[in-house]
Amino acid sequence: MIKRVLILVVLSFFLFLFLSRVAGIDTPAQLTGVGAGYVDRSVEELNSPNVITAIVVTYRGIDTLGEVSVLFLAAAAISLLLRTTTKKNGEGGVEEKRSASEILTTGTDILVPVIMLFGIYIFLHGHLSPGGGFQGGAVVASAVLLLFLAYPGFRLRHGILAALESLSGTAYVVIAVLGLILASGFLDSRLMALGETGRIISAGTIPLVYTLIGLKVGTELAGIIDSLGGDR
Amino acid sequence: MTSLAMITGGLLMAIGFWGILTRRNLIRMILSLAITETGLHLVMIAVGYVRHGTAPILNEAAAASQTVDPVPQALVLTAIVIGVAVNALLLALIIRLYRKKGTLDVEVFRELRW
Repeated sequence: MIKRVLILVVLSFFLFLFLSRVAGIDTPAQLTGVGAGYVDRSVEELNSPNVITAIVVTYRGIDTLGEVSVLFLAAAAISLLLRTTTKKNGEGGVEEKRSASEILTTGTDILVPVIMLFGIYIFLHGHLSPGGGFQGGAVVASAVLLLFLAYPGFRLRHGILAALESLSGTAYVVIAVLGLILASGFLDSRLMALGETGRIISAGTIPLVYTLIGLKVGTELAGIIDSLGGDR
Repeated sequence: MTSLAMITGGLLMAIGFWGILTRRNLIRMILSLAITETGLHLVMIAVGYVRHGTAPILNEAAAASQTVDPVPQALVLTAIVIGVAVNALLLALIIRLYRKKGTLDVEVFRELRW
């Protein structure tokens, strides 16, 4: 009981500190500083109407490469942590799982292609509309999750998945290094023609890089779902 | 508008910390961590708000002068992905712990106590 009171006191103090800081913040009427610089230059320099995509893929591209590596590391660690036990379960007679309901299987059959298409749409249009590689990859992985729920015996083909993942990762790094050689810096998207603003094929290598990130994130998250599904 | 989002974010963070510190079930602790992260994201997005600003996607409808700050949004995009990776890794560790001891009660795992 005394522990809970203590926690409550500490949290109230935290909230008080936070709110007293927040109370003084005055919302600016005009964008200034780094943000204004990015907004002013993203269309002019990179032909990407979505400023966030311009920041994530080009201006701070090396952060995104690190982020993709962290996700890869987590996926690898998860499959390593859960690998040995799944093998043991395979030997000792897995009990039959109850099949999913008619509604779920029929719904899955209709929805999975549409969800996949929507995910691909999101990462292809990352430089034009809200969205991008990470969001699109998550949507693609949610279609895989739906398949796992509807068909208990569903299995991913790990060979194809691993090949797709490593190919997209390697291609991402190759494009980054090509930017260093042919354009003005690591991950410079002005490697290819910038094209006309608002087209899918424009903004240099941004759509290409986001497609690769989308494929990589989609396969990694599908692999994580597969590993966490464990005892099948 | 900004202060509303800030206060909601701060409250979510406090609720999440409360859950992390008081719950004993490991999965509930992970859920509390996720709630804390959500509150933090909300606060970060609110920091970049500009009065009457729109999303930083430039077209005929939104001129460059009236967008909100894109930098916190790019940071939150990174934070969400890293949060997913961390949560998934923690859940995998919990599965391993459950297989070893057959329980999710954090009090049972006494090896790390001092």
